[in-house]
Amino acid sequence: MPSSCTSRSTMRCAQTARARGVEAALDAAHMEGWELTGTARTNGWGWRAARRAIGVTACGLGLSTLADIAAAQTGQPPGIRIGISYVAGHKTGLAVLPIDGADGDSIATMLRRDFDYSDRFTMVNTTGPVAPQTLNYDLFRKLAVDGVVQGALLPGGALRITLHDVAKGVIQQSKDFPLPSPALDANWRQAIHVVADQVEEWITQQRGIAATRIAFERSGRIWTVDSDGANLRAVSDAGIGPQWTPSGRHLLYSVNNGRDPIIVLDVATGAKRTLTSAPGAQDFTPAVSPDGRTVVFARTTEEGTDIYTVPFEGGAPRRVSVGRGRASVGPTYAPDGRRLAFSSDRTGHNEIYVSDDDGSNVEQLTTGTFGDRENRTAPDWSPDGGAVAYASLNGGTWQIMVVNVRDQSTRQVTSEGRNQDPSWAPDARHIVITSHRSGNRQLWVVDTETGRSRQLTRGAEARLAAWSPRFTGR
Amino acid sequence: MNRSRLLLVAVALPLALGACKKKKPEVAPPPVQGGNPDAGPVRPPENRGPTTPPSTGPSDVDRVRMARESMANKIYFEYDADALSDEARANLDQKVRVMQANPNLRVRIAGHCDERGSDEYNIALGRRRAVVAKQYLVDRGIDASRIETTSFGRERPEQQGSSEDAWAKNRRDEFEITAGGDTMRAP
Repeated sequence: MPSSCTSRSTMRCAQTARARGVEAALDAAHMEGWELTGTARTNGWGWRAARRAIGVTACGLGLSTLADIAAAQTGQPPGIRIGISYVAGHKTGLAVLPIDGADGDSIATMLRRDFDYSDRFTMVNTTGPVAPQTLNYDLFRKLAVDGVVQGALLPGGALRITLHDVAKGVIQQSKDFPLPSPALDANWRQAIHVVADQVEEWITQQRGIAATRIAFERSGRIWTVDSDGANLRAVSDAGIGPQWTPSGRHLLYSVNNGRDPIIVLDVATGAKRTLTSAPGAQDFTPAVSPDGRTVVFARTTEEGTDIYTVPFEGGAPRRVSVGRGRASVGPTYAPDGRRLAFSSDRTGHNEIYVSDDDGSNVEQLTTGTFGDRENRTAPDWSPDGGAVAYASLNGGTWQIMVVNVRDQSTRQVTSEGRNQDPSWAPDARHIVITSHRSGNRQLWVVDTETGRSRQLTRGAEARLAAWSPRFTGR
Repeated sequence: MNRSRLLLVAVALPLALGACKKKKPEVAPPPVQGGNPDAGPVRPPENRGPTTPPSTGPSDVDRVRMARESMANKIYFEYDADALSDEARANLDQKVRVMQANPNLRVRIAGHCDERGSDEYNIALGRRRAVVAKQYLVDRGIDASRIETTSFGRERPEQQGSSEDAWAKNRRDEFEITAGGDTMRAP
């Protein structure tokens, strides 16, 4: 134990933490650091050296065992928190401690942002010490923190993540995550997102969606962007309406050049092949079955627009909808692969329909309740199978609706601007939409539980987004 | 007597095949409306088969140019609809005459939409707008194999922006000559 940590400062820290409230606890944390800094200086250490010393010991207290912490906390009233087990509707208080090392700040910032974007946590900003082995749990309780995420970059290049359960005052999980190099590039960022998703699963038993991407159309090309808005890149020279395969390895899209083929793109290699193309036909709105084997799409000919399926590997398309000259577009598979939802104007205006994957047993899912020009389009089936999101023209303005597949109850999840083309994230809770609320069309992420929205893209217009599956990370 | 019967024949084809319910079209005007006042003296006809006496109206070159313009003129639609307006029908009537006079002429009709509505449904709607124009021409005797249709949805606006004016200009069919356009005759 460094000689800068005296038992006198230890006692003072514990007493301060007990005596005052949350605000004072924050002050106390700062004061502890300064205390030791001062002490270190008188011992001839520089300020930076003192910070590192603080980092090695818990909160500058010089306590290295949980027993010491417990001893300092006698007389503490029993906690009412249930720890960091997830309870629906209760946002877990989470703190990510600063991480030492050249990329530590980037990692901590990315983790904090991913946890914030999950909408499952209240992020508590602590300027606590760097990567101690033990923590002052009492201090964190007063800060309304349920879980503390502690990171350390190991000499071999891996990131050690330790998750503390504050109520129980114990380490809940600890794991080393190898990180690819070079640091800060796209693969490295995805690896950090995988860490965030793992921590979220430790706490909530549900994996996060940080390690995902969103594909979309901008300026006549297909682009992808990471879930946090970083790593924006164009992946094709042309195309609209991208959709991912279940593995995330391929994107399908159509090219609106008058012949409108559907293209399959290998995102990593850039290799492309034409999946469908027929004289006099235009193919669009492709979607891939959950088993990855079938592609469903809309084909428009002079006779009308219908839903077709074709094997992912290629082959002769087969018609599955009979629209009698009307337009059925935008098919989406249920996660069990056995049903489709799509939009059709067969009654004279667009509504959402559900059918078996071969087109039989068609049922109308939505009914017009708003305004005269009824229009419901662009359905996307949620990954948990329970709901379909779609765009609805409500009183002349496009809004995003979610319909419960079982009881057909609907709710509106947007209210600002014009909102269209929803795509579910793998958590069956967030959606990415095209919204014009900022002045031009951009992608926005909406939490369908709380309604919270964040802008994902800026600049040139972006639209027709598709949320990828989770990437397992490489 | 003979003259009026000739005129009747000239208008019979468009009338007979289910045209206007609301009003009768006027007697088919000459395909050229108003000539170029700066045309100057009438030029001798070029690249025409049988010689014809020099006309006192637009030159033959002008008439061919105007026939070309007739083909290129766009037609426009109401919001979320594919019905042909009276102006659209008159426009298409001119195209019928040009295509009848030029049997090698082939054309592609591309339907377009304004930016409202669902981006992807707009591809279907645009196609429908193209098909309704094709059907009008086919109903008046133009062979279907001479007309292709396609749709660009809202992807190729003629006018950017979110005004009623821009929207109205974008809800259109465009006509592109795909063959036989090098040597054309005026009808």
